[in-house]
Amino acid sequence: MFDKLHLLGFGAGGWGALLLEAAGVTLLLSVLGFALGAVFGGLAAAGRLSGSRVPRGAALAYGTVFRGVPDLLSIYLFYYGGSVALTSIAHLFGATGFVGLPTMVTGVVTIGFISGAYQSEVYRGAYLAIDKGQFDAAKALALTRIQMLRLVIVPQLLRHAIPGLGNVWQLVLKDSALISVIGLVELMRQAQIGAGSTREPFLFYFAAAALYFAIAGVTDLFFSRAEANASRGVVHR
Amino acid sequence: MIDPGFFLEIIPKLLAGLPLTLQLCTLSVLFGFVLALALALAQQGNNRFVLWPIRTFVSVFRGTPLLVQIFLIYYGLGQFRPNLQAIGLWWMFREPYWCAIIALTLNTAAYSSEILRGAIRNVPRGLSEASLALGLTRVQTLRLVVLPLALRQALPAYSNEIILIVKGTSLASIITLTEVTGIAQDLIAQTYRAMEVFVAAGAIYLLLNFLIVRALQLLEVRLTPYRKR
Repeated sequence: MFDKLHLLGFGAGGWGALLLEAAGVTLLLSVLGFALGAVFGGLAAAGRLSGSRVPRGAALAYGTVFRGVPDLLSIYLFYYGGSVALTSIAHLFGATGFVGLPTMVTGVVTIGFISGAYQSEVYRGAYLAIDKGQFDAAKALALTRIQMLRLVIVPQLLRHAIPGLGNVWQLVLKDSALISVIGLVELMRQAQIGAGSTREPFLFYFAAAALYFAIAGVTDLFFSRAEANASRGVVHR
Repeated sequence: MIDPGFFLEIIPKLLAGLPLTLQLCTLSVLFGFVLALALALAQQGNNRFVLWPIRTFVSVFRGTPLLVQIFLIYYGLGQFRPNLQAIGLWWMFREPYWCAIIALTLNTAAYSSEILRGAIRNVPRGLSEASLALGLTRVQTLRLVVLPLALRQALPAYSNEIILIVKGTSLASIITLTEVTGIAQDLIAQTYRAMEVFVAAGAIYLLLNFLIVRALQLLEVRLTPYRKR
């Protein structure tokens, strides 16, 4: 097995560059999916906290479904569902045959929907953790609603949300491996291709696992930095 | 748009995968719990040669995707067929069924050992000191005092972990096992009616999760009748 290590190298016949490039695709997919999830999650959290019933019910249903159903099932929904919708639109414009949705787009949208469901819970919890006196104080200082959110609420909300967001990020990174089933050549898919063509599955999946582990470890440092930065000046008792 | 006939047609097909989903889930949770408990107890001491391998195992299985773990066990270990045959374990690693269970077991053991480790540590020290003072042996202290309290405390977090395993069983479809998600994918590929199949299969999972959460809540009420809620 160790005599096969050159397969992971960067020389002739080495898969190192391809695997690193694929790890880059994984990172891009995860970052974009996480960012889109922040938008969905923010909207859903606002819905859950809203006073009227329709947004509250819709946000609750969204969170329950996408946190309760296997992520693989959601991926099939967006991949096949999106492609069917795209095909019928394309047929209106005179195209024929089946039109597939680009896999990167499907991946980002799917991860966005799933991680948004988890992020909404984090934002909701963080909002509820803000001391009520902060709202009163902001009003007493005659801040407008926008100023209150921007200067008082959001900075504190983020501080409470960072640890939870770090957990969701780890989830997103691991979920991104599932996007390989729709054919996007990210780290998992590249490892499969390498394993298939060299007949060294153990080596390639081990390398993929090591790269996922490394990305998870490095990005975790980023979140703990952000946490330390956001809570500077906070006295822990 | 909504076609009740189609639902009546696909729901029995999807339910045919439920026994496999339940088997994968039940066996992994059972084996995983036993392993997690052993790992959590082993970490109560402070022997570096015990702690270090366990910490590594836990962080590796928590830090890598479940799909990679399944592939590493099913396809990766398949490469060592002669060695596995020599030690008489090949029958297990040959079957996608057992490979899925092994991967899910190791994965859930890593996560739940952390839950149990915290719960055991949170049992007030005075209680185990008191029971040792009463002349109970260390094993008795563990069995009669520490574990009952720790398991009770771990229950809410553990029910989340079981839900994750239910969702995790869907990955078994990628290594050819036709559980609920695998059947759903076949149906979508045949009919191109992704939304309807998603709703039907999703409802099965949501109902299953709901029943598990309810059952564990009832268990929690039974175990902690003195607690107001």
